[in-house]
Order: sequence, then C-alpha cells, then structure tokens
Amino acid sequence: MSMPFYVAPEQVMKDRADYARKGIARGRSLAALSYDQGILICAENPSRTLHKVAEIYDRIAFAGVGKFSEFDSLRTAGVRLADVKGFTYSREDVDARSLANAYAQSLGQVFTHEMKPMEVEILVAEVGVDKASDQLFRISYEGTIVDEDGSTVLGGDADTIGERLRANLTDNLDMGAALRAAVSALAGPERTLEAGNLEVAVLSRTSARRAFRRIPEAELVPMLTALA
Amino acid sequence: MTLPTFASGQDPGPSFSELLRRMNGDEPLLRNTGAVEITQGTTIVALRYTEGVIMAGDRRATEGYSIASRAIDKVFPADGHSGVAIAGAAGPAVEMVRLFQTELEHYEKVEGVALSLEGKANQLGGMIRRNLPMAMEGLAVVPIYAGYDLRRRIGRIFKYDLTGGRYEEGDFHATGSGGRDARTTIKLGYRDGLDRAAAIQLAVEGLYQAADEDSATGGPDVVRGIYPTVATITAAGFERVEDAEVAQRFGELLQRKTAEGHPR
Repeated sequence: MSMPFYVAPEQVMKDRADYARKGIARGRSLAALSYDQGILICAENPSRTLHKVAEIYDRIAFAGVGKFSEFDSLRTAGVRLADVKGFTYSREDVDARSLANAYAQSLGQVFTHEMKPMEVEILVAEVGVDKASDQLFRISYEGTIVDEDGSTVLGGDADTIGERLRANLTDNLDMGAALRAAVSALAGPERTLEAGNLEVAVLSRTSARRAFRRIPEAELVPMLTALA
Repeated sequence: MTLPTFASGQDPGPSFSELLRRMNGDEPLLRNTGAVEITQGTTIVALRYTEGVIMAGDRRATEGYSIASRAIDKVFPADGHSGVAIAGAAGPAVEMVRLFQTELEHYEKVEGVALSLEGKANQLGGMIRRNLPMAMEGLAVVPIYAGYDLRRRIGRIFKYDLTGGRYEEGDFHATGSGGRDARTTIKLGYRDGLDRAAAIQLAVEGLYQAADEDSATGGPDVVRGIYPTVATITAAGFERVEDAEVAQRFGELLQRKTAEGHPR
C-alpha cells in the first residue's frame, strides 16, 4: 500500500481557495446598491435565459457569480428554504439574515469537507422600508459572510469595481442614476457596456408583496442614455 | 433551518408539496368520528364576462346548525391572474389554498417561468385527489378555480369533483350547499357579453337566491355591513371588488325585488 504524501492543512486550504478564486475570476462581475426606491442589482450577463439574479421571496433577491450550475443550485435551495419557512410559520418570518447564514454554513461545509470547493460568490439582498434598513449580505466560496452597507460588488475584480462604484455613489440616487453608477463601475474607464449585455433587476420598496422585478432591455436603454 | 439539499435522485424538482413531503414525511390521516362538527364553508360562484371572470362567495361558515363565522372569506387569489374559491370543510380548504398559492409561486421561482393556466388547474386537481382519504372521512374540499388565460386571452373556469377530476366549465359554475340554487339563478340570467356591472349583479343575485333557499348560505348583512366576497380576474390581474360597490349592487337588487314584489 502506498502512503500519500503529507500536505500541510494550510496548504490544502490555500490550494482550495486558489482554485475557487480562479473559477470565480473567470466569470463577469456583478454590482448591487441601494437607491431611493429600492435595491438595484446589475450583472454583466450576455445570456437572457441563464439568470444570475433571481427572486427568492417577497422582499429577498439572490445573485451569484462564478460557476452557473453551482450558484443556480444554491438559488433553488434558497427558494426552497424560504418557501418552506414561510409556509410553516408566516411570510413575515422569512428574512435575509437567516438565509444568508444557511448559505454561509452550507458553503463552509462544502469548502472543508468536499473534494472541490464551490466556485461561487453569492449575494442575498433584502429591501427594507428605507435605505437604512436595506440588507446586503455577500457570501464567499468558503462561507465568509459580510454584511455590506449600501453597495457591494461580487466577482473576480471586486475590489477595483467596488472602489469605482463607491466613488459614483451619492445620496438620493434614483433608479436610473443607480443603474448608471453600477454600469460605469462594472465597465471601467476603457469599456462601455450595452443594454444587451446587462441583466438588471430591482427589489422595489413600494411593492405590495413581491418586490422583485426584472428590468427589460427596452426600459434599460433610455435609462442608460439619459445623462445625469 | 439549514439549507435543504437533496441527492440527485431525491430532488423534488419544482414541486413544493413534494419538497414538504421529502422534508416532513407524509401527513397523518385525520379520522372523523363524527363527534365534533366540522366548520363548513358554503356557496361559491364563478362566471365569465367580457373582460375575464368574476368569482364570488357568501361569508357564512357553519358548524352543524350553528354559525361558525359571519365573515369568512372563500375567494382567494391563487396568483396574479387566477383565483380559487372554496366550499366544504373550511380548515383543510384554507390549508389547501395556502399550499396551492405557495405551490404556484414556488414553481415560478424555481423554474423561472409561471405554469400555464391549464397546468395550474391540473395542479389543484392533484391536491384534491390527494385529499380523497380525508374527503372519505367527511372533510371534503370542493373548490372552483378560475383565471385569465394570458396565452389565449380569455377567462376560464374549472370545477372539480372529490376525486380530483377536473372539468372545464363554459360560462359559469356554482358549488357548495347553495350551489344548485345559485347555479340556476345564474343560468337563467346569463347572456353573452355581460359587462362588469351586470356580471357582478348576476353573481350577487345567485348568492342571494342561494341564501334564500339554503340555511348554510349567508345573505347580505346590512346591519353589520357584511357582503359577499367578489373578485374580478382580467388581463390586469386578480382584483377584489370593494365592499361599497358590492353593497351598491345589493341595494339595486333589493330595490328591484321590492318593486317587482318577491314571490312568497
């Protein structure tokens, strides 16, 4: 019987983290931010059918970057958790914080126990009655959960894009301004992003129950071209 | 709660009730010994008009010979463009509506597209079929499902039997303890091209005649201001008709009946 080579646990974790990070960096990034009437999530996504942003529950949305099949299975699991919880208790008892925790635990478990970590980074967003009560939870491949304030960026180049996005932020952004802020941050100084390459959805603060709404391309174009 | 994950062969897919069964196991069968009276919901109606469908239900729930509730709702939105009205054992019926609502929304979220109206009607049929053992114990649930078919651009009405059999009705249907009387009234008053006001009037008259003949169906309660639940489902979606408008239609009906002289 051959003996496996000894590999230090630090090295194992580092290798896994590198693997996951590389997978995530291959895909396009995504930005989310609060505006006066809700939360806007904007992803660079040329596909119209393979969504990165989706509805979880009345006031909760999900977004993921990285490997589609992996974050999509997380999305489905989130919808299941939320719907079972809302059905068992009450619709009011479904909240983003506990869902984000469940995601973090699941991702942490996969990172340490499975052969391969998940190559994903996900966002759980819940719209509140005002900007201050909006919640944005970013959860990374190893289960780290970050409670973001006002805006966040997921994906490979998150730090640079995040800096650009924060520079674009002002108080009382409306939906159009929030969209332009997100798009210019995602594009950077050298590129321009067309409406056809964007997937945009909002959680609207004023909705009666289901706050999630996809913004179709026809609505994006005038908002993108309107100069702030 | 932890994130529900399933092995690939065990995955419940887009079905919410399947998911519940995987997580909680089968519901135990309730035995009805007849020792307690079960709360019963009574008369519900649905009819087509030019813009879509109207659904309505009286507000009474009974337990044997006593009135369990004067203001129960029997008409619920199932999703944006369809509604479900219930007659029969109120407890299981309300639970079935809740499950059905979650089921439709769950499917839409997991799959990314909503079911067709026909698909939703079949889904409800399956739920009634699964309730058959309970129906045999006297806990029968008999709903009407109606909605606006966004693909065909018409209102459609579906009725069910206890075995989950699903039958599409043409222009109108009524069921529950006063269902036969309501149905006859609507049948006699029905004509093609009813507008909204006339359709609400006819639905309300159906319920009025049912209450006239059936002790378990509640009539308009002018003193408390309790009127039937009426909802319209059109291309714009499910919308509950304001109590004030229903009260007005009732006022007109009573006036007409008084003027005509109601047969004794």
